[in-house]
Amino acid sequence: MLPEQDLCFAAAFAPALLDPTRLAPSIVTGPNGKAAGKRYDVYRNNVTVSLIDALAAIYPAVQRITGPDFFRAMARFHIRQTPPASSLLFDYGRDFPEFIAAYEYARPHPWLADVARIERAWLDAYHARDAAPLVPARLAAVAPDRLGDLVFTPHPAAAVVRSPFSAMTIFAANRETTPVERIDASTPEDALITRAEFDVVVRHLPPGGAVFAIHLMSGRPLGEAAASALEASPDFDIASNIAGLIEAGAFTSISLGEA
Amino acid sequence: MSAKLAVTTLVLAGAMSTALATFAAASPLTKAEADAAVAAKKEKCFGVALKGQNDCAAGPGTTCQGTSTTDFQGNAWKFVQGGTCASIELPGGKKGSLKPV
Repeated sequence: MLPEQDLCFAAAFAPALLDPTRLAPSIVTGPNGKAAGKRYDVYRNNVTVSLIDALAAIYPAVQRITGPDFFRAMARFHIRQTPPASSLLFDYGRDFPEFIAAYEYARPHPWLADVARIERAWLDAYHARDAAPLVPARLAAVAPDRLGDLVFTPHPAAAVVRSPFSAMTIFAANRETTPVERIDASTPEDALITRAEFDVVVRHLPPGGAVFAIHLMSGRPLGEAAASALEASPDFDIASNIAGLIEAGAFTSISLGEA
Repeated sequence: MSAKLAVTTLVLAGAMSTALATFAAASPLTKAEADAAVAAKKEKCFGVALKGQNDCAAGPGTTCQGTSTTDFQGNAWKFVQGGTCASIELPGGKKGSLKPV
């Protein structure tokens, strides 16, 4: 907590930082008490630019898709609407995907917000707490008649992003520097984001896989998760989805829920 | 009992043993064989694994920034120049628009 006089200073200094139409606060003065509007403008500019740069670092694929000029303009609107609530820059921009979804000039690119959601999950996985993934041998030790009650603890880095568009393909193509081939955006895609060891890995989930993973990650028992996945997608394959999630490192441990 | 509880113990047990079998095979293989098997299995069962490109980027705030950069007020719709969105198509031949709508 800042001492009281510093809080007073911040309260006077900060409000005009993200609003260029406001004058520099009167407490900001140069030598001999002269007004220091231009000095404040330099500071104000750097605040905005550093936040735009922060969003560009978190959402590189979105920036590559839109081009930097559009991205920076869109980011500036977001920053003025939603200033940081945390002093940790990598934590900033959590509301940016929602902003993109509602941003009128981004409407011709309806997949863009989902690409941003995958990028956000990527960075969250990168910074998530390290944890050892569940080893398959633990599953082999469960009595077959208790499998339906099995509850999985999600890995801290694991996340699922569902999209009615080809958001994962678009994400993957635009996190590279190689040229982007034609992409049909109309195929719905579900992405699983994990970081079992050092590298964040984003995988396509097969049909029903997202429903299955989301149920398990929210603590629903295996039997219920499998039934919901089958209901969502009759092609759902229980065995390959269990194997895939374990191999991806989506969980850390198992327990038997209430029978 | 609802339709939701249709996955029987037998089905689950079978699925689990199949799932576990995919892990059991790896040990007698050489590393190259194991890698190939893993790659093939990923392809078959779970799609291709894709890493994010910037593995070494820890996100913003990890470098010194914002000391002498300049900003300018661009028009929101003067965009997609240099962007890749023109190669992303929606059905009906509609591409990402280069113009405001």
